[in-house]
Amino acid sequence: MTTSPAPKRKFSLPYTLIVEKRVEDTPRWLPAATSIGSVLIAFLIAGIILKQIGGQPLVVMRFFFQATFGSWAVISDTLVKATPLILVGLGCTVAFKMKLWNIGAEGQFYMGAFFASLVVLLPMVSADASRWTVIPLMMVMGMIGGALWGFIPGFLKARFAVNEIITTLMLNYVAILWNNFWIFNAWSDAGFQMTPQFMRAAWLPRLTDYARQYPTLSGMTLHLGILIAILAAVIVWWILERSRWGYEIKLTGDNKEAARYAGINISRNIILVMMFSGALAGLAGMSEISGVVHRLQERISPGYGFTGIIIAWLAKLNPIAVIPVSILFGALIVAGREIQPAGLSSLLQGIVLFMVISSDFLLRYKVRVAHRS
Amino acid sequence: MDFTIIMRAGLATGTILLFAAIGEIYAERSGILNLGVEGMMLLGAMAGFSASLATNNVWLGLAAAMIAGGVLSMAHGLVTIHLQADQVVSGLSLTFLGTGLALVLGEGLTGKTPPLVPTFDLPLLSQIPFLGPIFFTNHSLLVYVGYLFIPAAWYYIYRTRPGMHLRAIGEKPEAADTMGVNVYRLRYFYVFVGGCLAGLAGATISLSVSPGWYSAQTTSGQGWIAIGLVIFAQWDPWRAALGAYLFGALRRAILDLQGPAILLGFTNPLYINSNFGFFLQMTPYILTILALVIGSRAAIRNRLGAPAALGIPYIRGERGL
Repeated sequence: MTTSPAPKRKFSLPYTLIVEKRVEDTPRWLPAATSIGSVLIAFLIAGIILKQIGGQPLVVMRFFFQATFGSWAVISDTLVKATPLILVGLGCTVAFKMKLWNIGAEGQFYMGAFFASLVVLLPMVSADASRWTVIPLMMVMGMIGGALWGFIPGFLKARFAVNEIITTLMLNYVAILWNNFWIFNAWSDAGFQMTPQFMRAAWLPRLTDYARQYPTLSGMTLHLGILIAILAAVIVWWILERSRWGYEIKLTGDNKEAARYAGINISRNIILVMMFSGALAGLAGMSEISGVVHRLQERISPGYGFTGIIIAWLAKLNPIAVIPVSILFGALIVAGREIQPAGLSSLLQGIVLFMVISSDFLLRYKVRVAHRS
Repeated sequence: MDFTIIMRAGLATGTILLFAAIGEIYAERSGILNLGVEGMMLLGAMAGFSASLATNNVWLGLAAAMIAGGVLSMAHGLVTIHLQADQVVSGLSLTFLGTGLALVLGEGLTGKTPPLVPTFDLPLLSQIPFLGPIFFTNHSLLVYVGYLFIPAAWYYIYRTRPGMHLRAIGEKPEAADTMGVNVYRLRYFYVFVGGCLAGLAGATISLSVSPGWYSAQTTSGQGWIAIGLVIFAQWDPWRAALGAYLFGALRRAILDLQGPAILLGFTNPLYINSNFGFFLQMTPYILTILALVIGSRAAIRNRLGAPAALGIPYIRGERGL
């Protein structure tokens, strides 16, 4: 072996990047700062791409803010879209805390919607049942549907060590096809690809329902689901941060071996967490059909289940932070309905997620610019 | 319900899964799990279609598809290899990014007709009775490339020195590093190879098997099925090929089941009510799950499994596995 001399550099910058591992704790403000920075940079990159393909980024951005936060009516629209996102984001948060990659929230959402519809369409209640019995029953059924769809991959993982990423994803397709079968077939409303409209008792109360007393609320579609979602966020926060089960989930996620030695039943927790995660996504499905569309139909989700993954990550798996992040993404969806081309919203989501996980590097390492000596 | 037709269709659609799955085998063997196959495939399908249309040259289309997939995969490479991010989440974001890019850039491609990959008979081989009409007659060039690709991929992984390095960096990167193998550079390289092959798989759809650009419907989840196949195949090209072709045949058989009014002497329920077709459409996804269960059980029994360092970032100078 001969050692070759280091090649002579013709040109080098007088500065260099020094990367070193953080020894002290990460500053408390940094995770939030990286999330916000990621979103800003993602918007910038999306703007550049838009410019390149001949769009007008500034016009689109101004349109974006007007269409999503410009008036009380559109704020209400944004929050309507944020509602299922909060619930789905929470579901992903719970699973990801245990490093269970549940990317089947989409399917769990559809199964939740399907099971909740059973209450009305089977029917499980009489036609003149009151709202107080129908709504809670639909919530429970929605959660059961989602939990069932979470149980299958959870069980397969716990029992046969089957990769949950693929199974949850495959079950998404199955759930959508299953719903289609019923919508196109037995429950079809006069041949249309949707079920008949639910009775009023199955509708979550909306702001516009109170327009008679408060005329300003007229036309606002914001429904009770948003309160359910916020309540769910608080409950999930309590479970993860204050309960014994939450501690088990987090410990298993951080260090599986340590958890095993501590006597935690990992197999059981895999199944339970997948079911809990699925139940939250199922509740989102229930809230969507009961609060927004008032019937079961095709395409009730424009990919909420997948957006939930990004939301959970952008919120750094903090259940409370899921709420503001969901509102931002709700805005993206509201604006995305009108922004062309159609893939822009998915592109933006991809860039955001990339920025977030890249910026995680800054939480683990210190990067500074130093003079080359 | 003609056996020859089903097998032929299986070979054609199986080629899509074959390229994508073998690409993913390369990436995973090097220790990098890339879940972005669906995104890379869709971008490849778009880029290939678009380039073939623009240049009127299908070969440039295929090259563009491979480059598009490869370049996109480098985003995953950078984030997982140097920035040590979680490979699962990075792969998911790659799916979003690729899908979004493909849909944005592919705006307005629907309905166009670019030159396609030529189809032809293989001389002599197509004369073999029974096998000839199935395997060697009137297939696209990519199908024949696929046949050669399987043994080549196997030989490379198990019988060559670079292949040994590939396995080493996926099983025990710190040992490979000690022996002078550049772990970082090779991982980038194999992620790139995986991306190129996923892009080619995408172009196989849009320029050969079901020509056209149908936005997100073009791939319709086949990238994910390819990832499932890799696990079923235990990271082995031969098993991946078997799985891919079987899957392809099954997809075709499912379509054909809806045709006849009488099936095995019974009235065909699918013929009377086409809505039962939704259940048929579920079968590829359910079969993927079953294949995974079988694959995972076999892995436990044979103590085989994923490359030991799969999903773990390599950090030079830190204690390894």
